[in-house]
Amino acid sequence: MSGQRILVVDDDLHIRRLLESTLSRAGYETIEATSATEALAQARHAHPDAILLDLGLPDRDGLEIIQLLRETSAAPILIISARDATDQKVAALDLGAHDYVEKPFDTEELLARVRASLRDTLIAQGAAATLIAGDIEIDLVNRRVVRADDEVHLTRKEYAVLEQLARYPGRVVTHKQALEAGWPHSYDRRTEYLRIVIRNLRQKLEIDPARPALILNELGVGYRLFAGLL
Amino acid sequence: MTERDRPAPEAFLREAAQEGRGRLKIFLGAAPGVGKTYEMLREAASRAAAGLDVVVGVVETHGRAETEALTRSLAILPRRQIDYEGRTLAEMDLDALIGRRPALALVDELAHSNAPGSRHPKRYQDVEELLAAGIDVYSTINIQHIESLNDVVASFTRVRVRETVPDSILEQAEIEVVDIPPDELIERLKEGKVYLPEEATRALGHFFSKSNLSALRELALRHAAQAVDAQMLDYLRDQALGGAWGASERIVVAVSELAGADGLVRAAKRMADALHASWTALHIETARTRQLGPEEHKHIASVLALATQLGARVATVPAENVIEGLKAFAVEARATQLIVGKSTRSKWFELRHGSVVDRLVRETPGIAVHVLPFGPGPDTAARPARPGPRAGWGRPAAYFYTTLMVAAVSALGTTVLDFLAIGNIALLYLLPVMAAASLFGLRPGLYAGLASSLAYNFFFLPPVGTLSVSNPENVVSIFVLIGVAIVTSQLTSRVRVQADLAGASARTNAALAGYLRQLTALNNADAVAHAACAEIARLLSLRVILLEKGAAGLTVEAASEPGARLETMETAAAQWVYDHGQPAGRGTGTLTASDWQFQPLRAGDHILAVMGLARDDGADPVRADQLTLLGSLVEQTALALERLRLEAEMRDVDAVRERDRLRAALLSSVSHDLRTPLTSVLAATAELRRRSDDPLLDTIESEATRLNRFVANLLDMARVEAGALRLNIEPVDLTDAVAGAVHDTRRSLEGHAIQLDVSPELPLVAVDPQLFHHVLLNLLDNAGRYGAPDTPIMIRASRTYGALRLAVIDEGSGLPPGREAEVFETFRRLDGSDRAIGGTGLGLAIVKGFAEAMGMSARAENRDDGRGAVFSLHFPERLLVRASSPDADA
Repeated sequence: MSGQRILVVDDDLHIRRLLESTLSRAGYETIEATSATEALAQARHAHPDAILLDLGLPDRDGLEIIQLLRETSAAPILIISARDATDQKVAALDLGAHDYVEKPFDTEELLARVRASLRDTLIAQGAAATLIAGDIEIDLVNRRVVRADDEVHLTRKEYAVLEQLARYPGRVVTHKQALEAGWPHSYDRRTEYLRIVIRNLRQKLEIDPARPALILNELGVGYRLFAGLL
Repeated sequence: MTERDRPAPEAFLREAAQEGRGRLKIFLGAAPGVGKTYEMLREAASRAAAGLDVVVGVVETHGRAETEALTRSLAILPRRQIDYEGRTLAEMDLDALIGRRPALALVDELAHSNAPGSRHPKRYQDVEELLAAGIDVYSTINIQHIESLNDVVASFTRVRVRETVPDSILEQAEIEVVDIPPDELIERLKEGKVYLPEEATRALGHFFSKSNLSALRELALRHAAQAVDAQMLDYLRDQALGGAWGASERIVVAVSELAGADGLVRAAKRMADALHASWTALHIETARTRQLGPEEHKHIASVLALATQLGARVATVPAENVIEGLKAFAVEARATQLIVGKSTRSKWFELRHGSVVDRLVRETPGIAVHVLPFGPGPDTAARPARPGPRAGWGRPAAYFYTTLMVAAVSALGTTVLDFLAIGNIALLYLLPVMAAASLFGLRPGLYAGLASSLAYNFFFLPPVGTLSVSNPENVVSIFVLIGVAIVTSQLTSRVRVQADLAGASARTNAALAGYLRQLTALNNADAVAHAACAEIARLLSLRVILLEKGAAGLTVEAASEPGARLETMETAAAQWVYDHGQPAGRGTGTLTASDWQFQPLRAGDHILAVMGLARDDGADPVRADQLTLLGSLVEQTALALERLRLEAEMRDVDAVRERDRLRAALLSSVSHDLRTPLTSVLAATAELRRRSDDPLLDTIESEATRLNRFVANLLDMARVEAGALRLNIEPVDLTDAVAGAVHDTRRSLEGHAIQLDVSPELPLVAVDPQLFHHVLLNLLDNAGRYGAPDTPIMIRASRTYGALRLAVIDEGSGLPPGREAEVFETFRRLDGSDRAIGGTGLGLAIVKGFAEAMGMSARAENRDDGRGAVFSLHFPERLLVRASSPDADA
């Protein structure tokens, strides 16, 4: 894991210093950019493995930068976003950002997100076909879910949603993405259906469905699979 | 829901129009004496006995004992006495009846004409007003009083009644036929049990023949059946019970000045009813109709008014000739049926010009042409008053000048006779003939031809000095002169009339265009009102006044004459127009005593203003030929006013939007600028903790966290106070919401055990997840702060009747009794005790503000056991989302 290079884009000196300190403690190499122009140049020439991006840069609209970065680099992009900027988060994810961390962030949470994003790249290159979380095992090849050696029976929609979450463990999956996975026809993609399916999944998989630890809700954005356990 | 199942928008509109309106029930009889009134009273009496508030507005018992006995159980409203030409007439007291507001009013004899001086000339208009006031009405009518059946009844009974009721009234009514067999009716007649109206006494024997009664009875039953049929169709359309109900038939009926045009209009109405078609009464304005007298114009206007009353649209279209006009209009209106009257022109005329009907049939493929005879309507005695100004004998001066010209040519002829052949002299005489015919018209032209031929004969043809002709060749020149006179005069008069017509049409268009230009250039309603009054006054030579709704009712906004005012009665008429959206006053059917005619200015179904029109000489303000222009002017004025209203609204919306944008920009910038340093502090502290366990780090962390919440609360409060909450509602699972809030407050709630009682079986709730999260954060924060240390905090969700309740319960000192609700006020800190614990006094105000913005209510109370406080959120039924199984189609 170590030796991977992370581009930190933020115009605030203190945040940059802080991120650099946290990331290098975890063994990552960091490079910095303080503006969109610099960020694009770095992304093109320094080949970062992941990009941490604050959307409030002075010289370019945040969402626009995501599109430009996407054209330049395949590295996963993590947004640093204000907590209640739900619309902005969803728009950023729709434009190709991988995930986000909220300000004020917990450094451990930040590192977990970075790890999840970097692992995504590995999965995309054809790795893990089975996911283990606590006593739950999700076999993406044979489409089976086992809980403490007993097979859990899931409906087709429940499995489709779980599979979508399990493909990107630790990373947020938006409502839209989850609905597209479970409901092939756009006319019956309704958030309340998704809520009910998630509720059913928690009944079958969570230890205490009232305090979900496996499938976490991301306020107004989507769901995340057991990020804390990674 | 498929396209077909969706109820048509008209159905909604119709329903909306009927909301709050009274219902009308009509007892329909075939003839006087069948017992309509008796039947109506019987039913009313039984409703009254059942406790309904029934009042007799007006009922004619005609002294019949059985009928009178029935009225005794009912409240009877005293009639209003009206003095009219020395006689006292007792009419229904409409205002008293509306003021009395019964549930059901009985109004006998729907077709009755009110005494002059009443509010409406007809009783059915009174009934309309009762219905509009929300009062149910029972009424009675005989079949021959129904407008569209008037002709039919007259055709076989030979009795025509003048008092008719528009079909539109009956169409909205429930109809009950009161039926007895003809023999029985004749029997009752013989026994003297039937009171006869004036019309029937005139042809008593004939009217009450058995064949007539049978025919009337059949007509009544059929009409009632048709009405039921129509109501069934309306119902089907409302409920969209499938089937193709599109009104695919469109009927156009051509209206001319000829007597009997009203019969055509009624026939068209019957056909439209039978086919459930929309229909238009069309008058074609040609060169010929321009020459018609005022009587004929009035007749056309009255026929068009009748058509409007029967539910038609009306149009007046200028065209070179009737066929072209009809053709063009029928094609444009996509008519499927065309109704014209049978030509009363002579065979000779048809030979020359071809039959109008033949050409119509040939030139309008795809349109059914119906040719109906013009019935001789006694009520439509518009005798063609032929002699128009130009078709007459003309002014004497014309003959004088013509004589002068002939004399001059004769004098000229004698001077040039020496070097011109005699035949050329005849040519000279063409000059006065053509001049007279083209300048003065046909008759002076003929006179010129005659005078010229006489002069030519007398002065030049041998034997000179006599009126005899020796050479038969010369007879030809005489005929030629007369022929030229006829042809020239006809050609020039036709050209002139067409030029006039084109001129008038151009003037009308120019006037409209000019008016439009003027209104478009204005950018405030006041200026538009003044310009409208001045321009319409100028174009139509009227006095014009414009009234708009002000704080104290309708007030004069502008007038063509400065300082113009309206009498109380006229203001009342204008108010009536404003309330009912229909024209009233002089020249209309309602409130005719006023000198003014009032027209509503409408935009959609909204009345913007009322325009009053009056003529200085007190005549009808609007001439028949000005109707179309006035209609366009009124419409343009309404459009201009509506445009300004919308523009003003738009400006307001823009201003609000700009303010919102600034506020949002400010909030987001404050939010960013305050949080970025806090983020650094918090994250740096977390990093330092890894290297050291100095307890001061805890202080930094908890204080920074508090500051962060404080900033969040300040921003939230700013949003609540500004009323600028933009909600992003989505179905939310309470489990998620509660778990998220518990997670985010885990630091500040350290030491408190959180007990969750949120069943996964509860319905989802429709809220803004972000705002709801803040509500829960503040409730938990509050519980953590006021709950005694190391006590549990309970979060419990439960179903109440039709609703859902989420409660946060702490264990502590609770709230001061009687002052529980005060905790939600901004900066309210009960007891001031929280100062020691630390709080902003904002949290609970935010809870209340956000909860109410999302449609919930927040409540604070003490626990039943007095060991703490309970803060609860109530979700009314409409916020609960019941999702049907998402797996249904898996």
